[in-house]
Amino acid sequence: MGITFRQETFRDDFSFRNSPEHIRRFPFPFHEDGYMYAVNIEPHVAGPKGSVLEHPIDVDEHYVSEMQDRALVLAEDPLRCQSLPHMTLAGWDLLELLMTAKAESYPEHFELTRDGDRWHWINRPLGIDDRFTFGDVATLPYGPMEYITRQSQGDFCLLDQRDGNLWMDAGIVTTQADWSLDFDIGMNFFEWHAPVPLAHEKGIFTRALKFLLNVQQGRPARRLNWTMTINPRLDTSPENYHKWGPDRTTVTPENVGKKVHLRVELQSFWRLPRSNGLVFPIRCYLISMDELVTSPKWARRLHRVIRDLPDEIAAYKGLTRYRATLIEWLAAHDDGAPTSPGFGPD
Amino acid sequence: MSTGTTKLDVVVADVVTVNAMVKRFHFRRRDGGLLPTFSGGAHVVVEMQDGATPRLNPYSLMSSPLDTREYTISVRRDDAGRGGSLFLHQRVEPGQAMVISYPVNLFSLDLRAKKHLMLAGGIGITPFLAQTAQLAAEGGQFELHYSVRTAALASYGGELQARYGRRVSLYHDDRGEQIPLDRLLSAQPLGTHLYVCGPSGMIDWVRGRAAALGWPAEAVHYEHFSAPQPGLPFTVTLAASGKTIHVGEQQSLLEAMEQAGVDPPYLCRGGVCGQCETDVVSCEGTFLHNDHWLSEDEHRSGRKIMPCVSRFEGPSLVLDR
Amino acid sequence: MPEKSIISRPVYGTLSPQPGREHLFVADAQGAEAILDMAPAAPDGFFAGAQIVYIPRDADPSLAEKLKALSPAMFYEGPSVAAAMPRLRQTLATARMGLRVYLSGTEGLIGQAMQAALVAGIDHASIQTEHRGSLARRVQCVHCKGITEDVTTQPVTCAHCGLLLFVRDHYSRRIAAFQGVCINAEDPSEIPPVEEAFR
Repeated sequence: MGITFRQETFRDDFSFRNSPEHIRRFPFPFHEDGYMYAVNIEPHVAGPKGSVLEHPIDVDEHYVSEMQDRALVLAEDPLRCQSLPHMTLAGWDLLELLMTAKAESYPEHFELTRDGDRWHWINRPLGIDDRFTFGDVATLPYGPMEYITRQSQGDFCLLDQRDGNLWMDAGIVTTQADWSLDFDIGMNFFEWHAPVPLAHEKGIFTRALKFLLNVQQGRPARRLNWTMTINPRLDTSPENYHKWGPDRTTVTPENVGKKVHLRVELQSFWRLPRSNGLVFPIRCYLISMDELVTSPKWARRLHRVIRDLPDEIAAYKGLTRYRATLIEWLAAHDDGAPTSPGFGPD
Repeated sequence: MSTGTTKLDVVVADVVTVNAMVKRFHFRRRDGGLLPTFSGGAHVVVEMQDGATPRLNPYSLMSSPLDTREYTISVRRDDAGRGGSLFLHQRVEPGQAMVISYPVNLFSLDLRAKKHLMLAGGIGITPFLAQTAQLAAEGGQFELHYSVRTAALASYGGELQARYGRRVSLYHDDRGEQIPLDRLLSAQPLGTHLYVCGPSGMIDWVRGRAAALGWPAEAVHYEHFSAPQPGLPFTVTLAASGKTIHVGEQQSLLEAMEQAGVDPPYLCRGGVCGQCETDVVSCEGTFLHNDHWLSEDEHRSGRKIMPCVSRFEGPSLVLDR
Repeated sequence: MPEKSIISRPVYGTLSPQPGREHLFVADAQGAEAILDMAPAAPDGFFAGAQIVYIPRDADPSLAEKLKALSPAMFYEGPSVAAAMPRLRQTLATARMGLRVYLSGTEGLIGQAMQAALVAGIDHASIQTEHRGSLARRVQCVHCKGITEDVTTQPVTCAHCGLLLFVRDHYSRRIAAFQGVCINAEDPSEIPPVEEAFR
């Protein structure tokens, strides 16, 4: 039982692939044949068995490889993981949240035993067996946020709640779509979202903030976000833009299926008990076009979404250079038939 | 009753008389597990069935966030109030089963602060008990100034001084002692945050002096303990639900809605958090706004009301609920 | 006056006297005029509790004299922002709550002085700011993290690593700089023309 973890890379030879099962469970983000921003936040409750929403914190076959890639990113650039001094307490809150969630959902892989503040944590896939004192930074090899996020898929933003706003005062960002933690740390909710086109005028962020400020303990929420990436590269950071940016010019009609990837972020929002902050995990899922079109419905729908996307949104998501090539390739998989409502592959 | 929080089944582990006005209640989880961790300044909403009248009252957690085997609250008896404190004082016994909400924090510490300056009046001491415990455990810097009517009514004054020494100062009204507010406000290092919890008059005084002495609003935090004020009964039409309700003298508009099976969201039940904000469809009469959430303009516009604490007088009020 | 742009691009106001007993002014070049313009509205005795830190750069020397004529409790004239920073940090480190801060002049001056104030524990929302004079920007290269000062062109070559950077309106208070991102990362052979943009 348990998950069979893959050995694959998200750089250099890009050996990342999804197993057929992981293709079917991919969190396809479009429930209709078009896309526009919305405050698409919903309660983060358990979803269907086998889906990415089954467990509060999803661990999948890419876990070990993703953690290896994270370690490489942090070795190259430690500024990807930062915590302003007042956020250490929130870091402990996050450590508790992730350890308890993993141990409860995947007991064959993770184990947590607690005796007061003496904790014992076993992470079998990564070969970790550590004893530490909860609340005492000196008993861990890293600060609490860094310690547990080096063992958790996805990026994490720790938000301080004060003055009627949320402030991104700590985080680890190694799998993000093109924003810089080092630059944005210390900004509030509106400021770090400032570069997103169109959404501000629609009042999206004002409504979203009001909702998030009132998220309570035990009642997390979630939403999906999406973009596209050339090659299954996790680290598409602005810091390394001059290294991965050129990939966008290498798309040809022959290699779309292999190179172009849909990248979906499953974002969730959790109230943290001791610090009264929020944590915002951003879990990244990748799927190549070849893998995606194994679902005819998804193929038709994605074609229509990309074809009809407003130009500003396409530009903001970095699609401009290869958009036409992608649309043409997807068109071959769209016979114009109607698609069923909902996200599933059929 | 709906809310943005989950409920906890608890049992009253102990009831302790603190002084002539105040009783302390200890809650443990009915299933014997630990209660949820929380941050100092949080409150829980206690549900009570007082005969035919359901009551939901918020109380600050005074217990240390580091020990969640129990939650403790302290309740000051209000003989002229609506009955919630009287119910707790007179009708709640150890061993009784009760329901409380998960903790919610609308008065949290600013963890960036280099120092926390706390001003408490009367039963307003309760959130500071939890906050000082939290800060003391982490080596945080704080100073607490506690204004009380008399030594006999200085709930926890002795314990606080024993625990924290010079960091706690008491001021007794009956000895003519008063918090030297201007002197305190002029003597704090940059990066100090100010917290005040007590009667409205005290809060207004502190906020006014802080502003006059140049303290930015972002550094001043306050929590009112306001219960809904009683008033003349009035009738309301709930347009979205198609119901007409009658709000009794001792009942808040929010409670009347809940009794009719309409469940607006709430968190504080005291007019500060904004959760129950309700749009007015039409009205003929006068609003009695008792909240601290809506702006002056919104109060005057007659287009919004906070049903947890505000009331209405007049022939007609139609709300979007 | 900087144009209104995205939300993270700072918006400056007009200096106005705040309640309180202690006031700290930091200004460069034409920023002095913002203080002088505000002075008539200040209540009696206001400047007796004021400290002024002024970096004239190449502005009219009479401005410094006019600031001195306000009779502040302390007046300091410094040759550059960098030279003034140690004493500014010292003033902030020993200040009490209730000190009000007023920053006027170039964005670079405002940003760096605000940075020092934030570190000292002053909330940014309480700091008065007014932009006067040059719109030249401080730009942080997102790739090498180096800051290039006094940027007036779009794009600009990073003074540290040499990449050609697009100067965004996205601004960080913590770093006191606008973000610069490689403009030709996807195709380094594309070299857009360099134009004056921030005067």
